[in-house]
Amino acid sequence: MQISFDLIIASLIDGLLLGFVYGIAAMGLTLIWGVMNVINLAHGPIIALGMFSLYFIFDLFGLNPYVALLLVAILGLLLGVLIYFVAVHRVIDAPHLSTLLATFSINMIIIGLGTAAFSASPRNVDFSLGSLSLGPVTLLGTRLVAAVLAVAVTGGLYLFLYRTRPGRYIRAVANNRDAAELMGVPSAQILALSFGLGTMLAAIAGGLIATFFPFTILAGGVYELKSFVIGVLGGLGNPVGALLGGLILGMLEGIIPAFMPTTWVPVLEFLLFVLILLVRPQGLFGARK
Amino acid sequence: MILQVEGVGKRFGGLQALSDVTFDLPEGQILGLIGPNGAGKTTLFNCISGVYEPTDGRVTFRGEDVTGSKPYLMARRGMARTHQIVRPLNELSVRENVIVGACFGRENHRLPAAGDIADEVLEFVRLADRSDQLAGSLNVGQKKRLEMARALAARPYLLLLDEVLAGLNPSEIVMMVEIVKRIRTERNVTIIMIEHVMHAVMNVSDRLLVLDYGRQIAEGTPEEVANNEKVIEAYLGDPKLAERLMTG
Amino acid sequence: MSTVRKYLGLIVTIGVLLMLVAWPAITGKDITRETTFTILLSVALASSLNILLGYTGYVSFGHVVFFGLGGYVGFYLMSAQGMSLWISMLAGGVSAGVLAFLLGKAILRLRGGYFALATIGINEAMRAFINNFEPFGGPTGMTLNFSVYRDYGGAGQALWLSYYVLAALTFIVLIVSYLVRTSKFGLGLLAIREDEDAAEVMGVNAPNVKTWAYVLSAIIPGMLGVLFFFKNGSIEPAPAFRLHFSIEMIVMVMLGGQGTVLGPILGAYGYQSLRGFLLTSPIFKDIQLAVAGVLLLVIVLFVPAGVVGWLRQRVPVLRRALQ
Ligand SMILES: Nc1ncnc2c1ncn2[C@@H]1O[C@H](COP(=O)(O)OP(=O)(O)OP(=O)(O)O)[C@@H](O)[C@H]1O
Ligand SMILES: [Mg+2]
Repeated sequence: MQISFDLIIASLIDGLLLGFVYGIAAMGLTLIWGVMNVINLAHGPIIALGMFSLYFIFDLFGLNPYVALLLVAILGLLLGVLIYFVAVHRVIDAPHLSTLLATFSINMIIIGLGTAAFSASPRNVDFSLGSLSLGPVTLLGTRLVAAVLAVAVTGGLYLFLYRTRPGRYIRAVANNRDAAELMGVPSAQILALSFGLGTMLAAIAGGLIATFFPFTILAGGVYELKSFVIGVLGGLGNPVGALLGGLILGMLEGIIPAFMPTTWVPVLEFLLFVLILLVRPQGLFGARK
Repeated sequence: MILQVEGVGKRFGGLQALSDVTFDLPEGQILGLIGPNGAGKTTLFNCISGVYEPTDGRVTFRGEDVTGSKPYLMARRGMARTHQIVRPLNELSVRENVIVGACFGRENHRLPAAGDIADEVLEFVRLADRSDQLAGSLNVGQKKRLEMARALAARPYLLLLDEVLAGLNPSEIVMMVEIVKRIRTERNVTIIMIEHVMHAVMNVSDRLLVLDYGRQIAEGTPEEVANNEKVIEAYLGDPKLAERLMTG
Repeated sequence: MSTVRKYLGLIVTIGVLLMLVAWPAITGKDITRETTFTILLSVALASSLNILLGYTGYVSFGHVVFFGLGGYVGFYLMSAQGMSLWISMLAGGVSAGVLAFLLGKAILRLRGGYFALATIGINEAMRAFINNFEPFGGPTGMTLNFSVYRDYGGAGQALWLSYYVLAALTFIVLIVSYLVRTSKFGLGLLAIREDEDAAEVMGVNAPNVKTWAYVLSAIIPGMLGVLFFFKNGSIEPAPAFRLHFSIEMIVMVMLGGQGTVLGPILGAYGYQSLRGFLLTSPIFKDIQLAVAGVLLLVIVLFVPAGVVGWLRQRVPVLRRALQ
């Protein structure tokens, strides 16, 4: 089996670009974990909702997908705030099982309604930005834009967390909720906002993925699992770690198939995941706590 | 000597919580461990009872080097402790909490025998009437006595009491001091007792050990310690405590 | 009187179960047997999981990995090695137990959410691995030659046989669950659930005790996997390691009341009846998953102790009886 160097490079770059989007999805998961210690099991379906929202806005109103993405983000934020107050707030201090199951029930509700409404047949957003050729490497325009947007979103999130008052509140609550409350931070609102930001990132990731892959309501599940892996890789609760983790995973996905069948990729991913949980639960880049 | 502590130190990242603590504890004594807040008293208990592995030094219990041993092994060897911040097993009954102590403690009893011990110990700490209540529903004073009962049910040789009087009202303090005295006389258990309530600890202890900023600044009989300049100095940051120490 | 009270929980439990088991045998209908098979399977799986989840307080999200692995090992022995169902079930149980033992030594160090995540990772890794594992048929899995059923009196008889074996296993699980709940070992587990550090200080050898709870909770699911896929006739990675199935087990335990012997039985029964109802109801058929989700949410938010826990809190007399 002779694999050409060019092919490896092409596949590596492909994976890397995808990794940016994985990173955004994982950032949503890890942000929620970092602020409130909740593993959001509705993460996958929310990613899928991001895909569908983009699809419908694009299809029904003919809006440019990247303008639509802005709407998707807002919807994602609102949905997250709603989910927080309906499902999470009441059990935020209960044992882990409660929040796991509460968010999982949201997962079931979204998948249940989504399957009934959208059926199980795959959709795709009929949109293309052409492609860019650099020597042997051909890059899809949509993926390139997605990667750029992912970086922009990360930058935006950092500006928000470090330069704005709500952002500082979020960090305060993440650090020590009781102390933050004593200092007058409205913790319920801040937790809801954080949850909303987490789902917003998930929805954005979904929207971006929809511009280059077909999808169903179940399509988010894969990215939810990838987000777990990435979140742990980068350190749960560490947004920049999530982006880096996304890149690592993307590159692995690009490069592993050069050496063994693609089907081995998930085996290695999940083994890596468990291994890191065991030997470096704070993630490769060290968490803040 | 039931317990020998030699040069024990414990570091948390950049903080040296405990350094070079050395003392011997003969069987049957009550040793009072005092010091201002954050002096490292609880940390010393944690290093002795296996909750933390000390960074330096050696702990010998009944002739055996137990440095860095696991807490459950220490329990088996006959060391029991209470927690400064009570840790009841909330969803279990008071009696079940104490049965855990008897089952997994030094004598390693089966359930029925453990039940008998639990009843006896609960009687001893005057919690018998609360036996079937859930531990989570007790008030603070009762939870402190529950901690005590669980520790006693293990039939320990050495008992580490971490501020069992804190948060109690005066009549409860009297009751608890009485219990501590009876533990020594009736049960022949050696005790180390961390305490901020000075008159009580002065009154009960055979000897006192004083920690400040993780260092052992004095050791001796209550009278010696009360007149020790370093001790008075250490407590001067907290005049109220100093005063209580002097008048205690 | 007091002995009756003491064993009332067990008596009620066994009574409930006996009625459940006898019903298809009395009616003799295949359809009732199939329904009850699903319920019993759920009861046995949920009760097994309860040993870890309810007694020890460790949330295993990927518990189906034991069902899947056991199923695969047993199925391989039956289909490729021509072994009997009995040996295969034994092997399935043992392999699940061994996996749990090895895993336990490693991942039971993790607490709370980290443990839950690790169990998900293990299940996904195992599924992906089996997908690539040619001896087990890779992505297409394996099928059982029809002639195999001849040894068990033909396909029709084999279905009844599977049913009775399942019933027997379910009883075993319940007895184990009861024995654990009322033993010193079980008390150690409960202590760990309530406060692991305090339990260790009191002398509970938590690493060991947890591992054995994990092993106990894995063996029967491993055996059930073999039985289930024997009855099914074929095995594939996706149904064998379906994460959703794992979560359903947790829901059943929660619904009935975690940490009690009776809870998982009621929970499994309630959940499966509800599911059956939703799936056949013309109104809810299409959105059954969503309806189940709403119900789960209501339980988590408002009745976190489950049916049995709720009863125990409300009716003190029942606290002793319902275990
Ligand atoms: N697990 C830990 N990690 C980091 N620092 C710790 C830890 N445990 C204790 N410390 C620090 O070690 C120092 C000693 O704490 P310790 O609890 O032993 O004090 P103490 O003498 O028991 O005080 P108090 O009278 O308030 O109970 C404190 O500064 C505390 O913040
Ligand atoms: Mg202390």
